[in-house]
Amino acid sequence: MRLPSDSVESLLLSLAALALAAILFGAFVALQGLDPLAVYWTLYLGAFGTRFSIESTLTQAAPLLLTALCTLIPARVGLLVIGGEGAVVLGGLGAVLAGTALAGVPASLGTILTIAAGALAGGLWIAAAGALKHWRGVNETIATLLMNYIAIALLNHLITGPIRDFSQTLKAQSWSIPSSFMIGNIPGWSVHWGLVIGVIACAALHILLRHTTLGFSFDVLGGNRRAAQMAGLPIGRLLLLACFLGGAGAGMAGAIEVVAVHGAASESLVIGLGYTGILIAFLARQNALAVIAVALLLGGISASGGLLQRRFDMPHAATTVLQGLIFLCVLASSALAGRLKPRRSVA
Amino acid sequence: MTGGLDLGWWGVLLAIVAGAIRVSTPYLLVSLGETLTERSGRVNIGLEGTLVLGAMSAFATSYLTGSPWLGLLAAGLAGAALGLLHALICNLPRVNDIAVGIALFIFGIGLAFYLGKPFIEPRAPMLPGIPLGSFSTYPAIRSAFDVSPLFFIGIALAVALEWGIKNTRWGLILRMAGESADAARAIGRSVERIRTLATMAGGFLAGVGGGFLSLYYPGNWNEGLSSGQGLMAIALVIFARWSPMRCFYASLLFGGASAIGPAVQTVGITEGYYLFYAAPYVLTLALLIYSSSPNQALAGAPNELSISR
Amino acid sequence: MSDVLSRRSVLTGAANVVGAAGLLGAPSRLWAQGAKPITVGFIYAATRNDYGWNQAHAVAARRIAQLPGVKLIEQERVPETAEVERVMESMIQLDGAKALFPTSFGFWPFIQKIAPKYPDVLFVHAGGLWKEGDPKNTIGYRGYMEEPHYLCGIAAAMMSKTGKLGFIGSKPLYFIFNNCNGFTLGARAVRPDATVQVVITGDWDNPVKEAETVNALVDQGVDVIVANVDSPKVAVETAERRGIMSCGYHTDLSALAPKGFLTGAEWNWAKGGDFVKAWQTGGTYPNLYRGGFRQEMVALSPFGKAVPQNVQDTVLKARQGFIDDTLKLYKGPLKDNKGTQVLAAGQEISNTDNGFKLNVKWLVEGAIGSTGLQ
Repeated sequence: MRLPSDSVESLLLSLAALALAAILFGAFVALQGLDPLAVYWTLYLGAFGTRFSIESTLTQAAPLLLTALCTLIPARVGLLVIGGEGAVVLGGLGAVLAGTALAGVPASLGTILTIAAGALAGGLWIAAAGALKHWRGVNETIATLLMNYIAIALLNHLITGPIRDFSQTLKAQSWSIPSSFMIGNIPGWSVHWGLVIGVIACAALHILLRHTTLGFSFDVLGGNRRAAQMAGLPIGRLLLLACFLGGAGAGMAGAIEVVAVHGAASESLVIGLGYTGILIAFLARQNALAVIAVALLLGGISASGGLLQRRFDMPHAATTVLQGLIFLCVLASSALAGRLKPRRSVA
Repeated sequence: MTGGLDLGWWGVLLAIVAGAIRVSTPYLLVSLGETLTERSGRVNIGLEGTLVLGAMSAFATSYLTGSPWLGLLAAGLAGAALGLLHALICNLPRVNDIAVGIALFIFGIGLAFYLGKPFIEPRAPMLPGIPLGSFSTYPAIRSAFDVSPLFFIGIALAVALEWGIKNTRWGLILRMAGESADAARAIGRSVERIRTLATMAGGFLAGVGGGFLSLYYPGNWNEGLSSGQGLMAIALVIFARWSPMRCFYASLLFGGASAIGPAVQTVGITEGYYLFYAAPYVLTLALLIYSSSPNQALAGAPNELSISR
Repeated sequence: MSDVLSRRSVLTGAANVVGAAGLLGAPSRLWAQGAKPITVGFIYAATRNDYGWNQAHAVAARRIAQLPGVKLIEQERVPETAEVERVMESMIQLDGAKALFPTSFGFWPFIQKIAPKYPDVLFVHAGGLWKEGDPKNTIGYRGYMEEPHYLCGIAAAMMSKTGKLGFIGSKPLYFIFNNCNGFTLGARAVRPDATVQVVITGDWDNPVKEAETVNALVDQGVDVIVANVDSPKVAVETAERRGIMSCGYHTDLSALAPKGFLTGAEWNWAKGGDFVKAWQTGGTYPNLYRGGFRQEMVALSPFGKAVPQNVQDTVLKARQGFIDDTLKLYKGPLKDNKGTQVLAAGQEISNTDNGFKLNVKWLVEGAIGSTGLQ
């Protein structure tokens, strides 16, 4: 399922797909009696048109940079993992448990350890699915899907019981981490540092996947398992590592939600970050740098959804329809990929 | 009005049985549809979107025309249309069918919520049930056995498909497309056509399954209607190992498991209810782990299926 | 279809003479002179035509839109997360809103965070959580739903054949417990051996769980239910199909259960219009406005066809007791359902004692279930 990701052709195809999706959505909107150009202008306004819009887009995009990795990295070794949602939850829980346990620790260290704990929790969660795949042959897509639901049930159980902060009468919420551990906004902007962490993570992963031996091993395994076996690569370890790294990414997103936004775990962790991450990974054609651009695009669409509702009385599902169309067009366009060069078949 | 009867734990058992019958029907229909699709060599993970779109279409059509049966038909057609879209895109070379499924999941749900907004409030004519429990004087039993005809249609379909896949010519062709696309082509069959028809049939059934949710139980259209039944049905197919009859048994199991949560609360178990709600998912995962093996990938899986590689 | 049409016309603000007359009356001309144009933003957690919580607010929104100078903007499906901060700021910065009604209960902490940044914007929250130290440009208003639930309890207990009632709650939060207590106390006031089976679904909105819960309760012998969920439509329709009785919540649900509907607990959010007017003209407004029947913050749904005159009379008499403040909901001797004495004989809690109600973490004797907080 790894698509050719490093050619100009790939970029052009993605742009063509976006254009097609834009036309289709414009037609859909026109059928409702709305002016497509006005709708697109409002989309732009809400996403990039004012400073507030840009900040909204960046805020939306920040966690998505990391959750996309949960699908992207395992995809490089040929696994289709859709467990980002569950990993985010585990990351949030891990962050809360670590943060509250480390209460006396100096602030910067505490923050780092808290985020690391979240990443670890998320990583182990997805690695478990990887282990099930390698040693038991359990399909990772289904397993991670089920694990999403299990993670959410676990979250609900914990925040309404064992780790509940009973002084919060408004909603079920976990214990809060020490406020000194919280991370703030980038100076001058209403966007938290999680954005920077996400960008660095994507860049680092890109280097890892493209320019290191490990990354090359992933490629070999993802391309042809038999070849990898014959080359003597430690398949089990590579699968586990890829799953762990992906889960750690999403887990980090969950931890950052706790550390930068909420201060505690609650159902606010379950807002579709994982599922949007899957979408981004595919749109970016499993290329970690492209994830940054795609996350901004989808973040922008999400950020402008509210304005579309208020200005045109469009149902909130309008942005979902647009996202679905973009995804379908991009997938259809992958059929044209590699027409010029012979490529190994996908799936 | 009822003559009250405190059943205690028997009430829990009855609730589980009733739940098994009630809640299983959409699982049954969706999983039968997905079985057909997967037997032909495609995975359609977007059935959740199809289910929701079907539910919306059924409710809207029933409301606008006054006939719940027309509503079901509309649901099926909407599902078939999404199935067609899935198949057409997947028929293109190098397209990953799981990714298309996720895309359709998003698109289907978006479309359903978008078009369905005006229908959240009104009431639409519902599907009638068959009062099988009328032998009993206990209202609880009467209600538990007030069964939708779709349940029986589902069973009939399961039996028919089980027999048909094994014993008829079209069943053989279906299986060939799923086991070995080359062999099917060698005898002059268009694999793409078979898979398209199978996916459309799968979508039709999933749409009807959604219609059951909105026109019978719980009998309402709003945006919280499905809590992942479409996705669960995919897992169900695997754990039923692509056998329509086993899909039926598994659906009963899932339906019953879903009813445990609310039922035990009525006998006073109030702690940990979230964990009860997770029961069906844990059950599926456990059974999946049990029934998988690293050597065969998935026993009984059609060879051409992307998830069995 | 007529019930649909009538509801539609309410939503389009066509004819709500009673409410408008009660609200505006004589001073409207004065306000029209002094009123600045103002954009008012309503934020809903779900869709606004849900036959429930959000619809009750949408009805109020349309009434407010009729006020002079008011332009209404609305946004739906905003989750109870940091997202609502963005939505509020978006309405303020991109649409110039000067009064916001974030209607979901869980929006409060986010309002507390944003309000100090925008002192020229009024934030009105449907939850009685305001306390000293909270931003001055915020208002918490909410009716005491336990009072109409008390009345529903009376009706339910008098009409029930089995004496077993059912209360379905969404989340384990204080107002759910108070409503449940009200329902139970009302029921046992007329029928001391009545019991209320309590089930918490865990979600504001989950139709399948709600339907399953109703079925499970009926199987246990319950013959009247009330559902404290965001959209009680499913629960009431399922109850009707099972042939049992039901009480409504949020808005008038009598059309959904022609045979079994008794009465219901409704909100009266019209006060919001007063706050907007005060903000427009620089008048004064309370930061916390809570009340029951006496303060007209709650209402009772019209009685269903099944309810005979003697039941109606008993219910209305109790309602008058609330209006006159002669009837106290929480009074001793009162035990909770674990046997602990909560109020001694002779002790009485004022119907407007907000502090007491915020701290209710128990269910009264007769309610079978647990809050999870003891």
